[in-house]
Amino acid sequence: MQVAKDKLLWMYEKMVEIRFYEETMAAVYMEGKLPPAIQKGLAFDIGSGPVPGEMHLAAGQEPVAVGICAHLSDDDTVVGTHRPHHFAIAKGVPLKPMTAEMFGKVTGLGKGKGGHMHLFDNAHKFSCSGIIGASMPIACGTALAAKKLGQDWVAVAFFGEGAANQGSFHESLNLAALWKLPVIFVCEDNQWAISVPKSQATSVAWVADRAAGYGIPGIRVSENDAVQVYAAVAPAIARARRGEGPSLIEVKTDRYFGHFQGDPESYRPKGEVSQLKLNDPIPKLAAQLRSAHGLSPAQDAELVARAQARVSDAFEFARHSAYPAELDALNDVFVP
Amino acid sequence: MTMKTTRKLTMAQAISEAIAQEMTRDDTVFVMGEDIGVYGGIFGATGGLLEQFGKDRIMDTPISETAFIGTATGAAAAGLRPIVELMFVDFFGVCMDQIYNHLAKNTYMSGGHVKLPVVLTTAIGGGYNDAAQHSQCLYGTFAHMPGIKVVVPSNAYDAKGLMTQAIRDDNPVMFMYHKGIMGLPWMAYLEGSSNDVPEEAYTIPFGQAHVVREGSDVTIVAVSQMVQKAVLAAQELDNQGIQAEVLDLRTLVPLDVESVLKSVRKTGRLLVADEDYLGFGLSGEIAAVIAEHLDTVRLKAQVKRLAVPNVPIPYSRPLEQFVIPQVKNIVHAVQELMVGRMVQPEAA
Repeated sequence: MQVAKDKLLWMYEKMVEIRFYEETMAAVYMEGKLPPAIQKGLAFDIGSGPVPGEMHLAAGQEPVAVGICAHLSDDDTVVGTHRPHHFAIAKGVPLKPMTAEMFGKVTGLGKGKGGHMHLFDNAHKFSCSGIIGASMPIACGTALAAKKLGQDWVAVAFFGEGAANQGSFHESLNLAALWKLPVIFVCEDNQWAISVPKSQATSVAWVADRAAGYGIPGIRVSENDAVQVYAAVAPAIARARRGEGPSLIEVKTDRYFGHFQGDPESYRPKGEVSQLKLNDPIPKLAAQLRSAHGLSPAQDAELVARAQARVSDAFEFARHSAYPAELDALNDVFVP
Repeated sequence: MTMKTTRKLTMAQAISEAIAQEMTRDDTVFVMGEDIGVYGGIFGATGGLLEQFGKDRIMDTPISETAFIGTATGAAAAGLRPIVELMFVDFFGVCMDQIYNHLAKNTYMSGGHVKLPVVLTTAIGGGYNDAAQHSQCLYGTFAHMPGIKVVVPSNAYDAKGLMTQAIRDDNPVMFMYHKGIMGLPWMAYLEGSSNDVPEEAYTIPFGQAHVVREGSDVTIVAVSQMVQKAVLAAQELDNQGIQAEVLDLRTLVPLDVESVLKSVRKTGRLLVADEDYLGFGLSGEIAAVIAEHLDTVRLKAQVKRLAVPNVPIPYSRPLEQFVIPQVKNIVHAVQELMVGRMVQPEAA
């Protein structure tokens, strides 16, 4: 498949932006969480600092997000996971309110009520959940709505390989296949469900093979590569837009950070991550753009600077925003 | 010379020690759950068990709670004694049918013929900004439904004795540990929860509340981390000349009604401090116990309840601190009780 230069550049710039976002967040997240600022005897305090709580970062998993979202418009829906930043950024969720949400600020997407696992942006039809496997039923619902409204919108449900063993996966695939819903089920296989490797938790080597059980196409993408993801998912999106029903895509990808920041990762073979980084998808796409499309070093540097500036601006915005008033905790349980 | 038989343990260490001792004593005890093996449990409740007992008895599961909690029910019916972990209680949503409609009911529906010695362990509580899907307590939800005993320890000593009791019990027991008292090296905790724990196995019977601190002015009823907050509040109140009695219920099912009545008969004032939702839960239940015994309890002030005010747990720190009762809120509520007055009956 020949991929247009503007798509390649878009995917590259978004991957750079996502990577810088996650690396910036990794550093900011550690502020105030280490001795001596915390309770005596602790090595780390998850509840301290400007961004408290769990933090699941997606560095290394950028190709899945950009390769799929490059096909989508604002009318299409994305439902993400507990590790949602790469999906949100690729779907066009504005960085400032997204980051402010993670700082718990009133300017955040959810006025500080949701936090990093619970980002909701109606304008870009993006949401996510901290519950494993929860994206799939919700995506079925927005797909059903598109169908009933007579639109060719599609819904993408992202989930990890661990979620393919959750009941919601099997129920959603059957329902979407039965009702020919325009859903693309995208399994991000980063090999690890927290500490449990896929081989010890999943009865088949490829989750995509389970598509056969529901009579829908199953597509395997074995490289952590944005262009390959983009090409592989194209027929699934076209099929969904034609009203022919769902597909299941599985992409092999790599988790560079721990399950959450502060995860000791004692379960992970030493050197695994540095080995994975030898095949990093970002320089790979940069090299492709240079050799096949004449991206100059100056253009590259400008693109990187632009992406990084957007991220830095968002963190500045979040840091300098105000916290919500205490009593606002009591609002929004119901709409008026 | 005296033998040193106790050590100071964290609650996580006490729980895993109780499990290890029962696994040594009884070959039918085994553990299933997510990340309970190599990781030792995300909150440390199964630390070191894989090394000691191997993966046939310490079984990491797929992320398939309906399947493995149902498996525990089936294995128990067939004569084993499973301990099964639901990583966060908030995840009950994906497997509630197996918990509520099967584990909790099969004994009753079988006329008592099906015995289900399952211990369902789970992490509860907020305070570290993990937001609405990872911070709930929900013990009220499980205590509401008949058929499961509900254990909610506040410290390491109780946790070990209650866990041993739970494993030996022939009925389903939900064992709910608050993350903020486990003594984890990566989360702030209230240090009163780490205390001296005997090396040998021992049991603490269910349905026996513990008077953590005696007092004559007001009774503070609590469980889990809130007990530790209540103790800190009681110390502060002591400086103001107010003597608060702190009653740790330890188990909600069975509930030690007599200890609640005994304490409130003595003090005449009741504050329930709770981290679960306010509506239809623990705090209402305890208030109802008093209301139903007003023929034998003389109150000096109205009953007060502190709990999460019927909103999901917000992420943002100031909002979370606001909805979860804190030590200062307990102090303030007791101060209000001390100036509260009962309506006097009108003269005939």
